[in-house]
Amino acid sequence: MAAVHGDAHGHDDHHPSGIMRWVTTTNHKDIGSMYLWFSFTMFLIGGFLAMGIRAELYQPGIQILEPELFNQFTTLHGLIMVFGAIMPAFVGFANWQVPLMIGAPDMAFARMNNWSFWLLPVAGSLLVGSFFVPGGAAAGGWTFYPPLSTQGGLGVDLMIFAIHILGASSIMGSINIITTILNMRAPGMTLMKMPMFVWTWLITAYLLVLVMPVLAGVVTMLLTDRHFGTSFFNAAGGGDPVMFQHIFWFFGHPEVYIMILPAFGIVSEIIPTFSRKPLFGYSSMVYATASIAILSCVVWAHHMFTAGMPAVGQLFFMYATMLIAVPTAVKVFNWTATMWRGSMTFETPMLFAIGFIFLFVIGGFSGVICAIVPIDIQVQDTYYVIAHFHYVLVSGALFSLFAGAYYWMPKWTGNMYNETLGKWHFWLSMFFFNLTFFVQHFLGLAGMPRRIPDYNLQFADFNMISSIGAFGFGLTQLLFLYIMISCIRGGEKAADKPWDGATTLEWTHLPCPAPYHSFEKPPIVK
Amino acid sequence: MVERNLKSNILMMKKLLVFTLIMFVFGYALVPFYEKFCEVTGINNLLQPDVLAKDNWVDEDRWITIELDANTRGLPWQFKSLQTSVRIHPGESVNVMYEITNDTDREISGQAIPSYSPRFLEKHLKKFECFCFTKQVLKPHETRQMPVQFVIEPGLPADIDTVTISYTFFELPGGASTATE
Repeated sequence: MAAVHGDAHGHDDHHPSGIMRWVTTTNHKDIGSMYLWFSFTMFLIGGFLAMGIRAELYQPGIQILEPELFNQFTTLHGLIMVFGAIMPAFVGFANWQVPLMIGAPDMAFARMNNWSFWLLPVAGSLLVGSFFVPGGAAAGGWTFYPPLSTQGGLGVDLMIFAIHILGASSIMGSINIITTILNMRAPGMTLMKMPMFVWTWLITAYLLVLVMPVLAGVVTMLLTDRHFGTSFFNAAGGGDPVMFQHIFWFFGHPEVYIMILPAFGIVSEIIPTFSRKPLFGYSSMVYATASIAILSCVVWAHHMFTAGMPAVGQLFFMYATMLIAVPTAVKVFNWTATMWRGSMTFETPMLFAIGFIFLFVIGGFSGVICAIVPIDIQVQDTYYVIAHFHYVLVSGALFSLFAGAYYWMPKWTGNMYNETLGKWHFWLSMFFFNLTFFVQHFLGLAGMPRRIPDYNLQFADFNMISSIGAFGFGLTQLLFLYIMISCIRGGEKAADKPWDGATTLEWTHLPCPAPYHSFEKPPIVK
Repeated sequence: MVERNLKSNILMMKKLLVFTLIMFVFGYALVPFYEKFCEVTGINNLLQPDVLAKDNWVDEDRWITIELDANTRGLPWQFKSLQTSVRIHPGESVNVMYEITNDTDREISGQAIPSYSPRFLEKHLKKFECFCFTKQVLKPHETRQMPVQFVIEPGLPADIDTVTISYTFFELPGGASTATE
């Protein structure tokens, strides 16, 4: 363990104290923590909106939210969760973990890193603040299709600016991550020796610089349509609202992989650690990730099967979409094969990782079902689709974030989290998540449309079950907050290598907690 | 070592920024590409006359009622069709007349956008002449009658006996003619 302390020699942490430490910091660990706190705050706000939606849907009829406000809740729930919670959380993980896992002293552009973070609170407050302007927040769905988004009020403009800012932040973050990974790896760490989490983030970052500018373009067109007399999406002026959908989903479909590829990376770190075996099929994992990323760019129109498209187009996008199931299945196979005959233990990170595989596969299969054109025409814009993408985004992306947080908390804080409470958090999340979203498959198949505050009496029972599940899931996440805060404040001291199956640099070469400055002299990777 | 690293990092950043810029432009390039794609493949072909298939025939045994609808949105014109409906055989050539009147004291240009019910009527409707192919400019208090000439192909599903053809006139910003180029 001598190597572990080699880099821990005392540094004077000559940074300002108090609030200015956080405002001016260029340290990847500080910035990573701020990303994580920001995303958790947004997660609570987005969660509050979800609770409002489920409270309204608890019974048929209009009880709590007027339809206009309900639409604002669904719209902002989606926007905040996607752009405010999930994406920044993964960037937070990248900030903390990428330099530690490749043996770099910090991110490549430390000052730009600070800037990309501090743009986020601005964008977040624009989104949240839009509830309080005349006319309220954007209410046309998180996909902001025209004509609703060209007609809405000031709230839509605030949303557009927020998306511009979030896009700029994401692009800067990705440039930073790509440069760090490609230029700053420790000597001896070839690309094919990089941990899977680093690989998935490298590919994700490329996807981000590929599609985020297109999103910026499409919201700019929306803005000029709204205020400067252009007619990109206005049929009367020669534009086409369907074109918006094409451009939006050209961004939007890679975006869903942007939110799941780093999750694959986290799970690919955790499963081998707690199975005490190396990851099965490492190189096939890399190629599977890359092929998912490439395929994700040619399937966008499966979101638009009912928008009007020739049969040839529908067939192409249907088969291309189904093709993505192949590399995804390779990944699931590899995770399962990693666990096969491993000496497995089931600490909280492992529980969340296995829960991830189990539930993500359900979401993946309902995705293949939605890809089938005749079925999609039946279930589009119903709760079946809601159930599908919450299975991949909540039990996919979010569960992997929980898994990663428990897994790396000892490294970040030097303390162990409370294992008993962690397990409670997992089992309660698992139970309430399925209670909330599994029944939504049935609601969707029976034809309950999404984004409507009222529903037919026949849907009442399942909606009540779903709402109870949602309240339970929401409350459970306060337990997560408690576990994290008490872990930061104290708790059992973590050993330098608390997980004996861990093999990546941050566990083998650094103590717990990781020192403020790490790997100033790069480790040698054999 | 550090110096060299910084240089190659900045080079990398420049490349990625250029790539970002290219993708931003690409987003805008999708607009003309989309229009061209729709034009070449014949999807969403609003401004060009159609060509009738050579094997067109008239189905004398079948009657179809065509309801004609006319609307304006945001421009002060009177717009109506001179017949409210016509009864025709599928396959035969039909001529209907529309009339627009500019009630104001200024010159206004407008563009008509068609809309069909049922939606798949578009596939079976072949238009040879239409005022919607170009923008219409009306001087103050001018009235104009305009024909639409078309064929509804006999391939229209047998269970359809009434269809609606609707036009809506939108005002074009002064002098601009984005829709008609």
